[in-house]
Amino acid sequence: MASRPELVAPPEIFYDDAEARKYTSSSRIVEIQASLSERALELLALPDDGIPKLLLDIGCGSGLSGETLSENGHHWIGLDISPSMLNVAVEREVEGDLLLGDMGQGLGLRPGVIDGVISISAVQWLCNADKSSHNPILRLKAFFTSLYRCLANGARAVFQIYPENINQRELILKAAMRAGFAGGIVVDFPHSTKKRKEFLVLTCGQRAVNSMPEGKDDDGESCSDDDSEDEENQTVRVSDRHRPQKKQKWNKSGKGKEWIKRKKEQMRRRGNAVPPDTKYTGRKRKDRF
Amino acid sequence: MRLLTHNMLSSNIKGVEKGFPLRIEAEKVVEKPVEMNADFLRKMFEKVEWKAFLEASRSMGYAQLPEEVDSGMLESDEFLSRFHHALLELHLEEGALVCPETGRRFPVNKGIPNMLLHEDEV
Ligand SMILES: C[S@@+](CC[C@H](N)C(=O)[O-])C[C@H]1O[C@@H](n2cnc3c(N)ncnc32)[C@H](O)[C@@H]1O
Repeated sequence: MASRPELVAPPEIFYDDAEARKYTSSSRIVEIQASLSERALELLALPDDGIPKLLLDIGCGSGLSGETLSENGHHWIGLDISPSMLNVAVEREVEGDLLLGDMGQGLGLRPGVIDGVISISAVQWLCNADKSSHNPILRLKAFFTSLYRCLANGARAVFQIYPENINQRELILKAAMRAGFAGGIVVDFPHSTKKRKEFLVLTCGQRAVNSMPEGKDDDGESCSDDDSEDEENQTVRVSDRHRPQKKQKWNKSGKGKEWIKRKKEQMRRRGNAVPPDTKYTGRKRKDRF
Repeated sequence: MRLLTHNMLSSNIKGVEKGFPLRIEAEKVVEKPVEMNADFLRKMFEKVEWKAFLEASRSMGYAQLPEEVDSGMLESDEFLSRFHHALLELHLEEGALVCPETGRRFPVNKGIPNMLLHEDEV
């Protein structure tokens, strides 16, 4: 990667209309973000009870990460600071609700209501001071404390991050621990410069936590990035190695496009305001099997 | 924005103690049908602040929810489908959310509430 977007401009400026469009129409990016989101969802280790959950997507952008949540049947609320990215999300008719907001200002959500959080390629942005009034430490603190508050007991938050260096990783991790989270960093493909991916996996509250989930590697052996975790973080570790999440079933019984169109037509006949049908209406979700 | 999200959202302005519920000023409401999932509704019922939800649904022009509720109602298909409709099918497209304590308006455009705070509100 040539230069880090974080060093170019503040996020709401960097992700302008042109960049938001370019970002979302790159099939390479779409693919990468989808697989990162799948992995984050797996690390969330939601209860395997087939009931949709209410999740947050922090730095949701144009909805590439949120779409993975929808495909798995969950409801989500996405927060992003870039109006252009959110506009693209609206155009693409994502199923989550969108909020224009700055995670560094803290989240205005009621306590204990959120079942899980993902954030894909976004939190490293908090390490920059884009305005004279910005203090990264305070902004990270505001973010993690408010996040901790809105999570249900035992819920997890998984952040895929691109820290610029060790200091940034430490900064983020420390802020999370101070806010009360337990957990640490999971590294997938640590030996590959290209495929290496870092996930900050956090739990909140009491539910028993034994060991960090393991990272993936090409040789099929699992690995954990020991040098990135200091003693403090190892006192509490994230729950037992979970089974890969069962593919959930509700998509299968989906009534699909025709059903939605019929239902919309009914609502229109009753004189209600219903958006027009587009190519996105009831689009087929990826087959999960 | 659906009422599901509205019911979780509160005003985050510095110094505000009771930022919930945000009052809804609805200029445009749209309906988008989604399939009902009774299990999800039962879970959400435990989380939803009913009074705020009831008021919100009224300000969106929907008056079919009961004043008082108890979990026994979750057995009723009629109740579930109304709850479902109000929670997940009504969208605030244009309008505003108003902080109950300070009166600060958070505008809603194209369904997206602008929750960005001014510097002196952080
Ligand atoms: C690389 S994009 C990822 C978007 C999406 N998660 C995905 O996987 O495609 C990073 C996003 O983080 C958002 N972001 C950066 N700083 C933010 C902040 N302080 N608050 C909210 N969102 C922020 C940016 O606007 C951008 O949309």
